Amino acid sequence: MTDLTPATPPALLYPTTLLAELTYRCPLHCPYCSNPLEMSRADSELSTDDWKRVLSQARALGVLQLGLSGGEPLIRKDLEELIAHARAEGMYSTLVTSGLGLTRARAERLKAAGVDHVQVSFQDSDPVNAEKIAGIRSVKQKMEAAAVVKSLDLAFSVNVVLHRGNLDHLQEIIELAAELGADRLELANTQYYGWAMKNRTALMPTRAQVEASKPIAEAAIRKYKGKMQILYVLPDYYEKYPKPCYGGWGRVYILVTPDGRALPCHGATQISGLQFVDVRERSLEWIWRESPIFNAFRGDGWMKEPCRSCPRKDLDFGGCRCQAFALTGDATNADPVCTLVPQRALIDAALAEAGDEAEYVYRHLPAEGETVGTA
Amino acid sequence: MALTAGSHPRLWRLARLDFDRVRQRRVLLYPEGAMFINDTGAAILELCDGTRTVAEIARTLGERYQAEVGADVLEYLAGMAQRDLVTAND
Repeated sequence: MTDLTPATPPALLYPTTLLAELTYRCPLHCPYCSNPLEMSRADSELSTDDWKRVLSQARALGVLQLGLSGGEPLIRKDLEELIAHARAEGMYSTLVTSGLGLTRARAERLKAAGVDHVQVSFQDSDPVNAEKIAGIRSVKQKMEAAAVVKSLDLAFSVNVVLHRGNLDHLQEIIELAAELGADRLELANTQYYGWAMKNRTALMPTRAQVEASKPIAEAAIRKYKGKMQILYVLPDYYEKYPKPCYGGWGRVYILVTPDGRALPCHGATQISGLQFVDVRERSLEWIWRESPIFNAFRGDGWMKEPCRSCPRKDLDFGGCRCQAFALTGDATNADPVCTLVPQRALIDAALAEAGDEAEYVYRHLPAEGETVGTA
Repeated sequence: MALTAGSHPRLWRLARLDFDRVRQRRVLLYPEGAMFINDTGAAILELCDGTRTVAEIARTLGERYQAEVGADVLEYLAGMAQRDLVTAND
């Protein structure tokens, strides 16, 4: 069928959010981590000056929200300097941390530097299972980190990635966050990128688990309204239509990896054929406006049918490019979560595996000569 | 816990009012969000420190603008409370 629909030129929005992945080093080994399987080591990380320049360029482009993440951002000794720089530039900074290393002294310095918001991850309410998921003793340090954040009166969120291994504990997880005095609780069913994709069979919740979780989350949102804001993100595999991934490719979001690659999202490294660009070689403005990678899936000129003519295309932008590539081999396909396309069968096959016993492959930096490989 | 004229509204502790030099707009920043605020909204939010009631805020602004603004102030703050950006503190 000849496509007579004229392509809509992409509206070039300005980015609002920068996610700065400061390092891939991390004390935890969570199997749901979205970092890529092949992670670069510490000696190739951006310098302090590199990051400060990136922050300034991001601000000049309109970025207001800065996420400081990784790996574990506390591992970087220059974190306070970067936070102070972000503050001076007028950005709202969120520290996304495991809590390991967040001693009182460290938290005082981060507060003095001007961090706006600290988000601490928890892996489960049950400490034994939490440490099985994290792959390391971690619960005591996280509880202490939470107490430190509260005692310093810092804005405090708890983040819990949900999956088959902890979704049955949703009620207890919510109560834990409330007891810790969190201002905000982010409950995010895992998505499948990087290590999470490798562990998909072990992480996939059953439909029964997901259905049981909905009334628990809804009741908690109502109960804690005005005291603890709760966000509950359902797993996209169990939806009929895909998620508007990152607000659309190259529309509002920039991610910079520890080794300096600027990406529209964290899954982009797995799409073959994309040209990666280094923030030390090009300005962020050029990267945002001109780079092939940021322009690769802007607008709808790249879309095939049914996306190109779909009334939902401005709602979900065809879903996730990285997921389309990972599952169908073609990043211009609809995200196979979409029930309007035949590739949905790939998602249904994955759902059918939910509940199968599977061991975690724990996140780790590859050893010399090791290739972790794909799922 | 709906907002009323007697509530003492306070900006959410995770939110910060700022000025975006790039877009030349007042902006409310909070986790994963940014809301551009006009001058009236900013005037209302700047008075939300938990010590004044909605009625007192409306009176202050009413004197400033020489207008009856009670219903508008309550509606604005109720909308912000619905989005968790303002807490009622009753």
